[in-house]
This record gives sequence, structure tokens and C-alpha cells, in this order.
Amino acid sequence: MQLRPLAICAIVFFTAGLAVASFANFREFIPGLLQGAWITVQITIGGCIVAVVAALLAAIARMYGPAPLRWLAVSYIELFRGTSALVQLFWLFFVLPHFGIVLEPMSVAIAALGLNVGAYGAEVVRGAITAVPRGQWEASVALNMPRKLALRRIILPQAFAAMIPPWGNLFIELLKATALVSLITISDLAFKAQQMNQTTFRTVEIFSIVLVMYLAISILITVGMRALETVAARGMARGR
Amino acid sequence: MFWDWNYVWEIMPTLLRASVVTIEATLLGFALAAVLGLVMAILRMSKSQWISVPTAAVIEFIRSTPLLIQIFFIFFVFPEFGLVLPAMTAGVIALGLHYGAYCSEVYRAGLENVPRGQWEASTALNLSPYITFRDIIIPQAIPPVIPALGNYLVALFKETPLLSAIAVLELMQTAKILGSESFRYVEPITLVGGFFLIMSLVASMFIRQVESSLNRSLRNPGGDK
Repeated sequence: MQLRPLAICAIVFFTAGLAVASFANFREFIPGLLQGAWITVQITIGGCIVAVVAALLAAIARMYGPAPLRWLAVSYIELFRGTSALVQLFWLFFVLPHFGIVLEPMSVAIAALGLNVGAYGAEVVRGAITAVPRGQWEASVALNMPRKLALRRIILPQAFAAMIPPWGNLFIELLKATALVSLITISDLAFKAQQMNQTTFRTVEIFSIVLVMYLAISILITVGMRALETVAARGMARGR
Repeated sequence: MFWDWNYVWEIMPTLLRASVVTIEATLLGFALAAVLGLVMAILRMSKSQWISVPTAAVIEFIRSTPLLIQIFFIFFVFPEFGLVLPAMTAGVIALGLHYGAYCSEVYRAGLENVPRGQWEASTALNLSPYITFRDIIIPQAIPPVIPALGNYLVALFKETPLLSAIAVLELMQTAKILGSESFRYVEPITLVGGFFLIMSLVASMFIRQVESSLNRSLRNPGGDK
């Protein structure tokens, strides 16, 4: 549905980017920006993995865990949803060393962004698990399945199909949030852009190219998630 | 000693003053977002493809690129075209544009939920499209989406620390400066985190209340009020 404007958007902005880049002497900044983009992609992928794991653990702990685990999960979700990603990043970067925990900036970035998006993702996972029809639980009980096995083999696979589209949105949120890591000295795309801006003063070209690069990565995520969605939906159709 | 209460009381007034800037940026940014969002939603629903498709493209573009880069773009690129903006103004414009794009989707959902019959009845009554929009459609479209808009208000509030990147003296920037003066980051940054946590918990409680009271009045129009 949104694919058409998205495609048009991609073409328009890509050509605009190319036009800008062609009248600029763009060869001098493309390699540096691509280096930055690679760091951005690495952080995005790492963050996505942390986010999915954190979200699954938090959602399951919140729904089925014993009381202390449940409380831990709720406070994790509320804490990370209630404060800014940038504050979380700075907190991990500046405050943790005071407690004797010194992490590399890269690990801080992946942990902070992953945990931030994971907190939103936990609610997505919870929603998807709740949306699985009750009859599926009842059928598992009738088949004498233990709860854990039913959750793992019956409920979660069905929930996965339902949670793919919202996860696509969250991954794009995560990609956009990676721009923040430039503020804790990681030389990602946003950092390279600023650095080059200070040395070359080709502000218009650099920031236009950077915007187009972010757009390209987020279109890649959208396309990838669409493909995953069709794969998951096919599995569902066969199962029913 | 991990936590020094004397230091906390010492920096509290400075942080509170900075929090006013944060709240100012939030309110101004959201006012801009609310207006821009409605404009974008109406343009996107235009019958002419020459208006609706580019608007959709711009909305998608704004939604899929990072706010930080947009802030930099407005702050660093606009001066190249002779438009020099103070940091706060540039930040508010960026926040307003970014969240305007999000709000436009919310408005669109609201506008599309107004039954077609309302448009047809307005045509039958010979109302001009402008009057129909202002007096018939908007009053029915906006109230149901207020909670969703409220969620974006909270989201925008949580993005204001990004303005610290262009040296707006809001809460985060002030905390960073305090930290670099005293080499104690624990208290200022934790306090900022606490401030955001409290404010967004209060705001989301308030939104839930508005939502439930709206649900009551929408299900029972003209009832107990």
C-alpha cells in the first residue's frame, strides 16, 4: 500500500542526491561517509539483536514469570520507555564508569539503543502473544502439552508472524536513533558528516547525501521486513 | 561516595531553570507539529496526485531519516541559503517538522474515519468545501485522535535532549556542562533521567485519563457532560 509513495520517494530523493552529488566534488566525501555508514549499519544490526532478545525476555518475564521477575521486567520497560534514548546513552557512557564498569563506546551504543528499542518491543511482543487465540492454549492443554512447550512450539511461532510489521517500524526507529551515537564519540555516519562539514564546509552536499544514505538504509529495512512478512504469512497459511 | 546529596541541591536550581527551556521547546515544537501535521494530512488526501504523491514522499522521507540529521540540516544548511536561525528556533522547527510528519498520519486516520455521508450531506446543504472542512469534518475528526497525538507529544518531549547537539541550553546540555565542570556526571545525568521519567509517566497517566473520558463522551454523544 505504502510501497508506491515509498518507491517514488526513493527515486526522487535518490536522483536529487545524485544531482547534488554530481555538481559537488563528491568523490572526496563518499569514502568517508561510507565508512561512517558501515559503522551505522553495524550498530543497527547489533542493536536489533539486543532489542529482540531483550523484548522477548522482558515480555515473557512480564507475562509468565514469578512476581520478582515480573516486577523487574515492568520496571525495565517503564524505565526505558519513560526516559530519552540520549539520556540513556549518556548515562551508560558517563555514569557507568563511576561504578567501575568501563565499556567501549561501541558496546555502550549497541546496549543502550538495543535496550531502549527492546523496551518498546516488549510491548509489541506482549500484544502479539495476547493476540494468539485462547483456543490455541486450550488445544495445547487438551494435547497434554506442558505450558513451556506450548509457549515455545505453538504460541510464539504464531505470535512471530503478527509482530513482524511493528518490528519493522521499531528497527527503523533504531536506525534513526543510531545518529545519537555520534554524540558519544563513535564515528558513525552522523559523526563523519559533522567532521567533514567542519573541514570542507560543503554543508549542503554533505548533509543531503547523509540524509539520502539514511533513507536508503531504512528502505532496505522496510523491504527486508516485507519479505520476512510474506515468508511468515506463508507458514501461517499452511499451518491452518 | 557514589551519590552526593549536597551536590544535588547545589545543581538543582540550574537544572530546574534548564527544564523550563526543555518544556518551552516541547510546547513550541508540538504546536508547530500539530499545525504542520494537519496541513500535511490534508495535502496528502488531496484528489490531485500531483499534490498527494509528493506530500506522501516528503512525509515518508522525514519519517525515515534521523531527527538529529534534520536538526543539523536546518541549523547548518539553511545559513548557506542566507537564512540564519538561532539554535533554539532551528531546533523547534526540526522537532515540529519531524513530529508533524508523524502527526499527519494520525490526522489522516481521523479524517478518513469521518463517514462519507457527512461530506455528501454538506454538499447537499450547499456548504463550501472550506466551511465543510472547518465546521463539519475537523470537529468530528480531531477528538478521537487526541490520545494518539498525546503519545507523540510525550515522544517529542523525550527527543528534546537532541537539541543539546546544537548547543541549546536545555536540560541535557546543562547537565553535560555541569558534569564537565565538576567531573561528576552521576548526579546531573541521573537527575535528568529522573526528570524525564517522572514527566513522561505523569503525561501518559494524563493521556490515559483523557482517553477514557473521550471514550465515554464519544460513545454517548450529548449525554452526561
